[in-house]
Amino acid sequence: MTTLQDPPIAPSAAGRSARRRFGPGTGSRAAAGFAVAAVVLFAVAPVVLGDFRLGLLAKYLCLAIVAVGIGLAWGRGGMLTLGQGVFFGLGGYAMAMHLKLADAGPGQLPDFMQLYGQLDALPWWWRPFTSPAFALAATVLLPMLVALPLGLLIFRRRVRGAYFAILSQALCAAFAIFLIGQQGTTGGTNGLTDIQGFFGYDLNDPINRRMIYFIVAAVLLAVLGVAWQLMRSRYGELLVAVRDGEERVRFLGYDPANVKLVAYVVAAGMAGLAGALFVPAVGIISPAMIGVVPSIEFVIGVAVGGRASLVGPALGAIAVAWARTALSERLPSAWTYFEGLLFILPVVFLPGGLASLTVFLRRRSGKKASA
Amino acid sequence: MSGLVVRDLKVVFDGFVAVGGVDLDVPAGDVRFVIGPNGAGKTTLIDAITGLARASGSVTFDGRELLGRKVHKIARLGVGRTFQNSTVFEELTVLQNLDIAAGWNRGPLTLLRRRSSVPPEVQRALETIRLTAVRDQPAGTLPHGQKQWLEIGMLLVQDAKLFLLDEPVAGMSQEERDATGELLGELSKTHTVVVIEHDMDFLRRFARTVTVMHAGGILSEGTVAEVQADPRVQEVYLGHAVQAQEA
Ligand SMILES: Nc1ncnc2c1ncn2[C@@H]1O[C@H](COP(=O)(O)OP(=O)(O)OP(=O)(O)O)[C@@H](O)[C@H]1O
Ligand SMILES: [Mg+2]
Repeated sequence: MTTLQDPPIAPSAAGRSARRRFGPGTGSRAAAGFAVAAVVLFAVAPVVLGDFRLGLLAKYLCLAIVAVGIGLAWGRGGMLTLGQGVFFGLGGYAMAMHLKLADAGPGQLPDFMQLYGQLDALPWWWRPFTSPAFALAATVLLPMLVALPLGLLIFRRRVRGAYFAILSQALCAAFAIFLIGQQGTTGGTNGLTDIQGFFGYDLNDPINRRMIYFIVAAVLLAVLGVAWQLMRSRYGELLVAVRDGEERVRFLGYDPANVKLVAYVVAAGMAGLAGALFVPAVGIISPAMIGVVPSIEFVIGVAVGGRASLVGPALGAIAVAWARTALSERLPSAWTYFEGLLFILPVVFLPGGLASLTVFLRRRSGKKASA
Repeated sequence: MSGLVVRDLKVVFDGFVAVGGVDLDVPAGDVRFVIGPNGAGKTTLIDAITGLARASGSVTFDGRELLGRKVHKIARLGVGRTFQNSTVFEELTVLQNLDIAAGWNRGPLTLLRRRSSVPPEVQRALETIRLTAVRDQPAGTLPHGQKQWLEIGMLLVQDAKLFLLDEPVAGMSQEERDATGELLGELSKTHTVVVIEHDMDFLRRFARTVTVMHAGGILSEGTVAEVQADPRVQEVYLGHAVQAQEA
């Protein structure tokens, strides 16, 4: 044991790796990382991939945006957010409502309302979504405004761990059931489908679909930027402290509920944004995309990629979504089992996800070099 | 009235009286040792003062009532504590641990930015607790003694006026104990210190006053010599200590 009088002079290897994980991660390194990501997303992918594949990638990137938020809330904040579907759905429906109204034209009801409904006028809560500005703001603010009181209630009452996860799932289920029940005004099980235009751009035109891809990619980079700043900030350190010692943090004068709330609300906003972009990228939003199962799937990608790292969750989400498409094209029935494995394997054998593999390998090569 | 004043403090767990009507006065600048056999209620006393355990009666520090306030509100009044098992944030570095402890009153703008330099109070604390050289090491990799020091450093930067230390030298080497004891003496110039301790040798050297607890009550109080001379203490506590040493 080292005495207090002569502590070790050189920081240990563990010290260095901790700084890599939590510390500055020097600005220039991060800038280089963002530059590489930008080149891949904006220059390589659009050239290499055809229209169909690029459209798929746009969808995956939406899931990656949700994943970045989960990485923040779960990886750094310890909140297993198994209910991001709610926020994804709020953002998605807010966007889809506006696009349906725009498709229908001024004063007209969206197609599905004419089909099922005995409605002769737009329901009052649809009306504000006629305004593009309101709808756009709502895609992010609505999820955050729902997350705020919800999170306050949950964290003040000290609901944690499995209880928090189960509560999140229950909310998801309730939200999906609510949407299905309101067939006449929400499109029910079908959801809001057949979206044709995006703020005046025809979504059937491949050029415009490419444009959607670029928007999604740009938003993903922006969201990563926000997460990066949050993680390296003092708040980011505090969040990790709350994750690892919620009770201890209280004795330092902080209310951990507020600390968790920020990450939870930000993650909700990111999920809402992702839902909003998902709609023009895929052309549909329905309860099947926001319920219990998709909410779990959001988390699987994060677990695979490494929940506590910055890019791990995004890469994991993309990889899992890609694997899903590839596998279910060939072996539709095998996917479910594979997905189960994907969740269990990292949780049991690689809690840090694929991101921790690089740290592990680096440490091994370091050991070999010093041996 | 300055210092810690406890009146008729009672903590009951499911019918079991862990602390039963304790009165305690620790004047500002005192180094008070609280001793007593296992299960005497020492930790529970600190839990009650810091808002962790529900209690009845009254606890005031520098004239302000603490009972009924939330844990983090009590901490903001200048009451700091450590735990029997050290509870630093293991994945964060020494510097990050201290920086967090120094920051409950930071505004959102400061929080959302990166720490650009080491705050002066953190730098001073690093020197006081002699951890400057390991400041970038994750706290989890520190030996036990240094973790305890880090906890004390966290109280320093937290700007606590009252230090409640639960067995701070348990598991420390002799050298570390001496250094800790000297630090406590230094601290008492500007702080009020309450130390729970089992180590009699440490107590003899560094205590200014001693309170002996037994079965949720106060058995005896005074200087080290007075307490040691008290036959009830010899019977209950010192007898126990001797047995413990023999075992
Ligand atoms: N949360 C709790 N619920 C029920 N009983 C408890 C709780 N905390 C403590 N006790 C009981 O209260 C009594 C006093 O415990 P306390 O931890 O205060 O003792 P202590 O003096 O700190 O002992 P030690 O020297 O072993 O640390 C013990 O009998 C203990 O079992
Ligand atoms: Mg104790």
